[in-house]
Amino acid sequence: MSDFLPVILVLLLGALAYRWGVGKALAWRGQKDTGGALHSLPGYYGIYAALWCALPALLLLLIWRFAEGPVLFHYLSALVEGRLAGLDDGARQALIGDIRRLAHGEGVLQADHPVILAAIAGYERISSVVMAALLVVLTAACALGTALAMRRLSPRLRARNAVEKALMALLMASATVAILTTIGIVLSLLGESLRFFAKVPVSDFLFGLSWSPQTAIRADQVGSSGSFGAVPLFAGTFMISLIAMAVAVPVGLMSAIYMAEYASPRFRDIVKPLLEILAGIPTVVYGFFAALTVAPLLRDGGALLGFSVASESALAAGMVMGIMLIPFISSLSDDVITAVPRSLREGAYGLGATKYEAITQVVLPAALPGVAGSILLAVSRAIGETMIVVMAAGLSANLTANPFEAMTTVTVQIVTLLIGDQEFDSAKTLAAFALGLVLFVMTLILNIAALMIIRKYREKYD
Amino acid sequence: MTDIPLTDTARKEEARERLLKKRYARERRLRFFGMAAIASALLFLLFLFATIFYQGWGAFFQTQIRLEVTLDPARIDPQGTRTSDSLVRGDYGGAIKKALKQRFGKIRKRRERRQLYQLIGSAGADTLRRLVMAEPDLVGQKVTVWLPASDDVDQYFKGYVDPDLKEDERRLSDRQIAWVEELRRDGAIRKVFNTTFFTSGDSREPEQAGILGAVLGSFYTLLVTLAISFPLGVMAAVYLEEFAPKNRISDIIEVNINNLAAVPSIVFGLLGLAIFLDLFGLPRSAPLVGGLVLALMTLPTIIISSRAALKAVPPSIREAALGIGASRVQVVTHHVLPLALPGMMTGTIIGLAQALGETAPLLMIGMVAFIVDLPGGIMDPATVLPVQIYLWADSPERAFVEKTSAAIMVLLAFLIVMNLLAVLLRRKFERRW
Repeated sequence: MSDFLPVILVLLLGALAYRWGVGKALAWRGQKDTGGALHSLPGYYGIYAALWCALPALLLLLIWRFAEGPVLFHYLSALVEGRLAGLDDGARQALIGDIRRLAHGEGVLQADHPVILAAIAGYERISSVVMAALLVVLTAACALGTALAMRRLSPRLRARNAVEKALMALLMASATVAILTTIGIVLSLLGESLRFFAKVPVSDFLFGLSWSPQTAIRADQVGSSGSFGAVPLFAGTFMISLIAMAVAVPVGLMSAIYMAEYASPRFRDIVKPLLEILAGIPTVVYGFFAALTVAPLLRDGGALLGFSVASESALAAGMVMGIMLIPFISSLSDDVITAVPRSLREGAYGLGATKYEAITQVVLPAALPGVAGSILLAVSRAIGETMIVVMAAGLSANLTANPFEAMTTVTVQIVTLLIGDQEFDSAKTLAAFALGLVLFVMTLILNIAALMIIRKYREKYD
Repeated sequence: MTDIPLTDTARKEEARERLLKKRYARERRLRFFGMAAIASALLFLLFLFATIFYQGWGAFFQTQIRLEVTLDPARIDPQGTRTSDSLVRGDYGGAIKKALKQRFGKIRKRRERRQLYQLIGSAGADTLRRLVMAEPDLVGQKVTVWLPASDDVDQYFKGYVDPDLKEDERRLSDRQIAWVEELRRDGAIRKVFNTTFFTSGDSREPEQAGILGAVLGSFYTLLVTLAISFPLGVMAAVYLEEFAPKNRISDIIEVNINNLAAVPSIVFGLLGLAIFLDLFGLPRSAPLVGGLVLALMTLPTIIISSRAALKAVPPSIREAALGIGASRVQVVTHHVLPLALPGMMTGTIIGLAQALGETAPLLMIGMVAFIVDLPGGIMDPATVLPVQIYLWADSPERAFVEKTSAAIMVLLAFLIVMNLLAVLLRRKFERRW
């Protein structure tokens, strides 16, 4: 919140610069000696001045914020030097963090050691000095920027072009946020994973058959290494995705065929949005439903037939996930089936094919790449789906082929590893990032494959 | 085929007939399967909604018990000053216990006495305290008040507990059921609209738990998401659609956006944990961080739909504006953008609806904490509606199942409203050129 005041100050000064620029432009327009001709509309001169005033100042503010932390840290370290003796780096930082929070009025004072109290007072004093300095520096920067703009401002100045160039830079920066996000994902996953692989060998992680990270909570515990063999998780993910696809593919594909080939336009208009509701329901709702309605149903049904179905079974999670994925398959497949040219269908009818034969032997083969693409996208969703499996599939890492038992998935383990208090740098926390990396790579490959297949297919008929 | 004797014509005809029948049967089967697939999906949808509605409807009501409580000054006002400072320390639970004892007569066994006290949960004392704090004059009088029943009584009164079960299989004992039935005969127990559910934060006690904290958390989170993703998304879309040169870099950005749209949401949570919490040191559990993560997640959706909206504006508009001397930026800001804005807003609302239902990434950044206080801003620790649902779904009490379903109903209601808004917006501003 301490950023509030400086930002407001800069914006206010920027607004002043804008008024001043506009005023100047209007004044020129009235004058005879310039011929009353301005290059741009007066507003552009205003924005030009405001940009010169505010942009450098905001940049300065950003740099200041980054530089301020370490400087204050050193200052505080000097203040509490007596207390810090004999503390390691982590404890040092924790203590100083506490002091800072207390000075901001957060948290409760626990140890009223005089050095600490003095440090808090000192911190409060220095931070008000720093804030005052910042305000002065920002005002100076604004004044300097405005002065520069003042020297440049003239009726012949191409203010519009300059403003548009600045706007274009802003637009370009927005477009690169998407790229930055991807880079951020890759770097954060990769960085933490590499630290994890320094503790646990890659081969143990990828091919190990036993997963029990819970033993590795604290470093000083017996058997604290834990075991990080992720094969049971991959198996669980695979099994649950398989069950989900066994539900979603037939139902989704059949729905798509019916919608595209048989349904009347009225029926389509009503039913298609209804089916798409399935994709819009939050996954946590499905998870709740799977855990509290479907799983007990399956367990009781299994008991009736003499199976033993665990109360948290891969089957329940997979089935509900499959239902969620129906619209993913049906709407995309519907689109590709409708996109198959009429001429192909009519050719088939001309040869005496029934509608069934035309669909199965002509339309579906032609639409196959698109359908395959939609299925791949659905698989990628199934692998990355979290809430349903967290709530319904269970936590124990069983390596089993029995869908009636509890299984766990990559996403479930990421969640359980990271929920609650964690110690950064412990193998347990880092393992979550390694799992995230695997997940990211798997879904990325599936997505790219799906997009390539769909794109290639579109080119053929459009 | 010429070597088939003529006498076989009839048989041939018959075989063809049979084949044709078979072919038509196949066709009918396909059609039936298609219908069955759609019907099963829709039936499931109906089943889902019906179960949740059935389970959750009760949570909108609260069971209350009428009691005559004596507000003994010695008990209620320990300092005898009638100030709120003293009244807040009063032993309201004790007053309720005494009132219960008076109502049902002396009970010898300690176990049964404890069971009697369990009829009214800890919310009862809070209600009484609030009442007395508002009207200190009541101290010393005998008042008749409606107090919220404990969650077990509540569940029984709503008919979720089967009294035919064996005593040790249900949470209410035979004796307690007898008391509740006695209250029912006297008209001293009733069901009223549950305002607590909409006006309070989370609680360990089901009868005191509400969703307001989660709703506010969701609101602040979405506010941050909207403030970041809408301008960024629109600007990115404008750049890519109107200004970007068709080169490799634009291609990479485009593929990248399509891929981001399909990255699992939990990966965004990991990003938030590593970058926003670990690197930037932003506070855990804050709507600010949640909003940032969700903004990055919805950005691709908004960019894609905004680009579609820009594409739908016909080139003639741009050409006409260029023709009368507008610059390319002016063409976009004065003409194209206003025409495309409704479509962009529709896409944004749909993106926000997705963000509202998202749970997994928020678990990563600590929005799962148990938080009783209502959040007052984007830096306060908070939880959001879907995470609240997840937390309640994990709670063992039967009453929380009801609460969970009710919270789901509220969440779905918000989603429906948002989607309807998007549809209306599209209907109102949709233009065919």
